[in-house]
Amino acid sequence: MASNEALLPVTSRQDLLSESKSDQIPETRRRRPIKVHLAVYSGLLLIALYVALIVTHDGSTVQHGAKDETSTESRARLAGVSEKSNDRVSRLSDDRKVEAFPWNNTMLSWQRTAFHFQPEKNWMNDPNGPLFYKGWYHFFYQYNPNAAVWGDIVWGHAVSKDLIHWLYLPIAMVPDQWYDANGVWTGSATFLDDGSIVMLYTGSTDKFVQVQNLAYPEDPSDPLLLKWAKFSGNPVLVPPPGIGAKDFRDPTTAWKTSTGKWRITIGSKINRTGISLIYDTTDFKTYEKHDTLLHQVPNTGMWECVDFYPVSKTQVNGLDTSVNGPGVKHVIKASMDDTRIDHYAIGTYYDSNGTWVPDNPSIDVGISTALRYDYGKFYASKTFYDQNKGRRILWGWIGESDSEAADVQKGWSSVQGIPRTVVFDTRTRKNLVQWPVEEIKSLRLSSNKFDMTIGPGTVVPVDVGSATQLDIEAEFEIKTEDLKLFFDDDSVEADKKFSCETSGGSTARGALGPFGFSVLADESLSEQTPVYFYVTKGKHSKLKTVFCSDTSRSTLANDVVKPIYGSFVPVLKGEKLTMRILVDHSIVEGFAQGGRTCITSRVYPTKAIYGATKLFLFNNAIDATVTASFRVWQMNSAFIHPYSSDDLGVPSRT
Amino acid sequence: MMMMMMMKVMMMVTVMVSEGSIIEQTCKETPDFNLCVSLLNSDPRGSSADTSGLALILIDKIKGLTTKTLNEINGLYKKRPELKRALDECSRRYKTILNADVPEAIEAISKGVPKFGEDGVIDAGVEASVCEGGFKGKSPLTSLTKSMQKISNVTRAIVRMLL
Repeated sequence: MASNEALLPVTSRQDLLSESKSDQIPETRRRRPIKVHLAVYSGLLLIALYVALIVTHDGSTVQHGAKDETSTESRARLAGVSEKSNDRVSRLSDDRKVEAFPWNNTMLSWQRTAFHFQPEKNWMNDPNGPLFYKGWYHFFYQYNPNAAVWGDIVWGHAVSKDLIHWLYLPIAMVPDQWYDANGVWTGSATFLDDGSIVMLYTGSTDKFVQVQNLAYPEDPSDPLLLKWAKFSGNPVLVPPPGIGAKDFRDPTTAWKTSTGKWRITIGSKINRTGISLIYDTTDFKTYEKHDTLLHQVPNTGMWECVDFYPVSKTQVNGLDTSVNGPGVKHVIKASMDDTRIDHYAIGTYYDSNGTWVPDNPSIDVGISTALRYDYGKFYASKTFYDQNKGRRILWGWIGESDSEAADVQKGWSSVQGIPRTVVFDTRTRKNLVQWPVEEIKSLRLSSNKFDMTIGPGTVVPVDVGSATQLDIEAEFEIKTEDLKLFFDDDSVEADKKFSCETSGGSTARGALGPFGFSVLADESLSEQTPVYFYVTKGKHSKLKTVFCSDTSRSTLANDVVKPIYGSFVPVLKGEKLTMRILVDHSIVEGFAQGGRTCITSRVYPTKAIYGATKLFLFNNAIDATVTASFRVWQMNSAFIHPYSSDDLGVPSRT
Repeated sequence: MMMMMMMKVMMMVTVMVSEGSIIEQTCKETPDFNLCVSLLNSDPRGSSADTSGLALILIDKIKGLTTKTLNEINGLYKKRPELKRALDECSRRYKTILNADVPEAIEAISKGVPKFGEDGVIDAGVEASVCEGGFKGKSPLTSLTKSMQKISNVTRAIVRMLL
C-alpha cells in the first residue's frame, strides 16, 4: 500500500536544471594564510567576471546576426529537435504573408471521415485498453468531453462486432478519485487465467503526480462492459526513487513469466535516456520492481505508450502476449515524446531477468533511423491480442495537421487509424508487416478494374465516380528494357541520400520515378495528394525503392501543415511493386509491399471535395514506362452511431 | 582592507551571476534571449520558478497579449470599417488562442504532458500569422503579430526542455 510520502516527487525540475548549470559558483571561504586568500580571491573574481561575460555575450549573439529561420533551426538543434518537427514554426510563424484561408462549414464538414473511428465531437488522443470480450471488440480512448483540444481527459468507450462498425457507449471512467483527479490517462487490459479482465491505467493525482491504478469491470456478465470499478487500494504503483513524478505513465498489458508471475513494463526517462521499467506481480495490487530495466536507449527522451509483445518467426497468426519460446521474437515499441514518432525494434527477450536485446542495435528503439509502424502521422499506438481470430491488432492515434481554430470551428479533432494486423515479415526477417483488418472489405461496394500502361511524364484521370471514399489495390511494373538500361548504366550514381522528404516531392523527376496515384485531386490538379513509388539506384548497384506521400500540394490553404512523408521499402527479388491506398475524406493511408512500409497522411483540400474530388494515375519518371494493374472500390460509410437496443441483434458482417 | 574590498566585489559579482542564472541559462536556449529574460524578470514568480514555472509565466504573457490584441481588434472595427472581413477572421483566431490554446497549454504543462503544451504554443503563433495574412500586407496589427510570434517561439523552446 503506497504511503503518502512516496507520492512526493523525488526529483524536481530544479535538480534537472542544476545538473546542466555550470559549476562556477565559488566554494565557501575557509581559514587560510592571507596570501593564499588573496590569490584565491583574485582568481575567483576573474572566473566570476569571465562567467558574467560569457552569459551576456551568448545572449547578444542569440539576438543579432542570425535570420529568423536560421536561429530557429539552430535553437532546434540545441533543444535536440529534428528540423522536421520545427517545420510548422519556420514555415508559418515567420511568413507574415500567410493568408487566412476562408474556411467555411461546407469545407470543414467534408473533412469528417466515413469509416474511421472518431467520436461524435471534441478531442480524442491515445487508444486505451483494446480487447475482445463476449463477442464484442472494445475500444477505449483518451477523450475531452468539453473541447476540441486536449484537456479534462476521460476514457471514451465504443464497441464493435467487427472492428469497423462501431457503436458509441457512455464514458467508461472519469476523474472522480484523488488518484486520477487530474486525468484518467492511458492504460492497457490484461486477461487473467480465469478469463476475467484487469485494467491498469495512469492517473494524474490531485497533486499532479503520475501513478498507476487498477480498475476492473463492475459487472463481468455485461458484454458491453459499461461500468468500471476502481480498486479501493489505488494507486498500485507510484513513481519509484530516481524517477520523476511526471515521467511515469502508460502501463502495458501484462504477460506471464516462467515462474507464473505477471510482468508489466512502464516507459520513463532518466535525464535524456529513454527507459522501460519492469515490475512483477501476482495480484496486480502489489508489485516488485526489478533493479534492471527491460531496455534503455540514450538520447531518445521520454518513452510514452510502451508496448511489448511476441511475434512468431514462422507463422502469420498473432500470439498471446504471454507466449514465449524458440519460434518467437519480441517487439518493443515506444512513442517518442520528443519527436512524436512511434518506433519499434525486434529482438530477444530474456525471461529469467526481464531484459531485452535488439537484433540490430544501430536501429534500436527511438534512434531516428529505427523502424516505424508508420512514416506519416501516427502516434501513441497500442496492440492487443485478439483471441477471437488469433491476431495481433494495432491501433494508432491520428491527430490533425490543421490549425486549432479550424478544429474548434468544425467541433472535433483526431481520428484513429484503421486497425491493422501485425506480423513478423518472414521474408525479410527484419521488420513487421501491417495490413488493414480483413473486415474492412465489408465496406467495399462497386469496383472498377484497370490495366494501364503509362509513358514518362503522363497523368491520367481514373474514372471511378465519387473519389472521397476509396480502397485501391495496385500492382506496378517498370518495363524491363527501361530497368535494364538504368540498372546497367554505370554513370548513374547510387543515390544513398535519397529520401521522400529531401527529394522535392512528387514533382522531382528521376529516371525511374515517381509514379503512383494522385488522390483527393481536383480536375485541374490545383490540389492533389500523390502517393507513389520512386525507384533509384542504391548501394551495390541494387535498385532501391522508396514509398512516399506528398501532401505539399494537397490544399490551397496555408494554415495547415503539409509534409512529404515516406521511407525506403524492401522489395525482394521477383516481387512486383504493390500498393494499397485507403482514402476517407481528410485521411489517406498508404501501404506498400503488403504493409512493409505504411504512411498515414491528413489532408484538407478546399476544392477537391464532395463531387469535385478526382483520382489520377501518374508517371513522372523521365525514362521509364510503367504498367499499372489496379482495382478501385467505392467504400461505404461505417455508420458509426450511438449504441441502442436495436444494435443487440446486429449480425457479424464477416 | 584590500581583502575586504575584494570580498565585497566577489560577493556582488557572484550574486549577480547566480541570481539571474536560471532565467539566463534557460533563455540562452531560446531564439530570443533578451525578450525571454525581460518577460521572465518582469514577473515576480520568475526568480524562483523551475522550467515548468517559467513556461507557465510565458503562457500567461501569451494570454495577456491575446487579450490586448482582441481589444485592439475590437477598436479597429470603428476606425477601419473596410477591414471588417479580416478583423472577423482575426477575432476568431485570437479567441482560439484565448479559449483553446492557452488553457490546453496550462493544463498540459501543469500535469507533465508538455507535448500538448507545445501544440498550444505553436498554434498561438500560427493563429497570429494567419490573422496577419488576412490583411494582405496592409495590417494594422503587425507589431502585435510579431510580438506573438516571438513570444510563441521563445515559449515553445522552453516547453521543449520539458520533453
